[in-house]
Amino acid sequence: MSDTLERVRKIVIDHLDADPEKVVEKASFIDDLGADSLDNVELVMAFEEEFDIEIPDDAAEHIQTVGDAVKFIDEKLAG
Amino acid sequence: MRRVVVTGLGLLTPLGWGVEHNWKGIVEGRSGIGPITCFDTEGYACTIAGEIPSVDGRGGGAPGQHGVFDHEKVMSPKDRKRVDDFIVYAIAAADEALADAGWKPETEEQRERTGVMVGSGIGGLGPIADTAIILKEQGPRRVSPFFIPSALINLTSGQISIRHGLKGPNHSVVTACATGAHAIGDAARMIALDDADVMVAGGAESSIVPIGIAGFLACKALCTAYNDTPEKASRPWDKDHSGFVMGEGAGIVVLEEYEHARARGATIYAEVVGYGLSGDAYHITAPAEDGDGGYRAMQMAVKRAGIEVSDIDYVNAHGTSTMADWIEAGAIERLMADHAPNVALSSTKSMTGHLLGAAGAIEAIYCILAIRDQIAPPTINLDDPERETALNMVKDKGQPMKIDVAMSNSFGFGGTNASVIFKKVG
Repeated sequence: MSDTLERVRKIVIDHLDADPEKVVEKASFIDDLGADSLDNVELVMAFEEEFDIEIPDDAAEHIQTVGDAVKFIDEKLAG
Repeated sequence: MRRVVVTGLGLLTPLGWGVEHNWKGIVEGRSGIGPITCFDTEGYACTIAGEIPSVDGRGGGAPGQHGVFDHEKVMSPKDRKRVDDFIVYAIAAADEALADAGWKPETEEQRERTGVMVGSGIGGLGPIADTAIILKEQGPRRVSPFFIPSALINLTSGQISIRHGLKGPNHSVVTACATGAHAIGDAARMIALDDADVMVAGGAESSIVPIGIAGFLACKALCTAYNDTPEKASRPWDKDHSGFVMGEGAGIVVLEEYEHARARGATIYAEVVGYGLSGDAYHITAPAEDGDGGYRAMQMAVKRAGIEVSDIDYVNAHGTSTMADWIEAGAIERLMADHAPNVALSSTKSMTGHLLGAAGAIEAIYCILAIRDQIAPPTINLDDPERETALNMVKDKGQPMKIDVAMSNSFGFGGTNASVIFKKVG
């Protein structure tokens, strides 16, 4: 498991109070983990803080699953 | 006009969580005031308040204590970040009131005929102050998406409606320290006018935060003389009064159309018979010196109730432990005239402190319990009244007496006044 995935999972579990077993790469924040649109905004803010990156609003709209977040963050970090 | 009765009560105050626990403390004359524990008061001229005793140590609370508040029994940590404390308090008191009323709307029609009218004097002062600092230090992108919905006053009514599926009128009152009384009076009118059959009504407040204490200190409204003896600090009508003591919490009632309550066999505590409102048109924080605004609110409530002033047995005063106390007492003397010696008067703020937007609601509940148990609640710390009065000033302990009709007064900054009258249902 990649370091990014583990850190993203921890944030998602903490913020959504989600069952760790359900927080897998293909899990959708809204459809599978009980988030609403405001939770999504907060998750993106938490990812920005954890990885010290900026996630523009148009990119944030496409981050719907754990895997989406990991992919975006890894690409961003790879520059 | 349809008759409106009270069928459910919920209380969360500095005296604790739960109606019966609260009422026991009130009748015994127990103070809920203590040192502020929720922030460092170094540099503040006032270091005391009526905090809700909680399992996390707030207000001197501890797990296992009787009547201690536990946030986690109301909502999960995840949900709590979406709401400021005043909303948590409103939800907790509404849960108790609805359970007490035994009202759980299940059909779509029942849901649409059940509304919510819960207000707050100030709302989310804490998150507003905290978020302003984040905005200044970290910029606009760090502002939480939950900031606005956690601070908005009408999210009390919104959250309660979502939690219980209540789809009727959804409204909220903001009239400073008269909020709770206006909410109950206005909600009763919605039932009387057939907009709803049941209304969840009241007020909530959580302003024991640095900016709240500093702000009221700047208004010269807060008590500063009793930091070492907090239980003595709130002393309405006493010559050594020193300003009001801030409290926090919520009071919620379930109001119901009389026949609706009877048809389902609900316990009826009392009927809301009178409601009066007025404005002072005088000053932003001080009451008019002749007490005319309060007088006219009481007079209107008596007229609406269709009773004589001689029918009133007990008055729960606004009585905040300030210079305004005797102005109010003077207005009550003027209203009652020869009947004054037969009227019991007290201020339960001597025990709870001043819960601002929740005050009118918790005091309405104390009036209702006074009718239920035929006991007038006392004023504590009234050791040396500033002047004489013909009114029966109930002191120190609850006084057993006949109480068929009780009136609750609430007056707010801006010169807004409300009186609500409750009557025993025979």
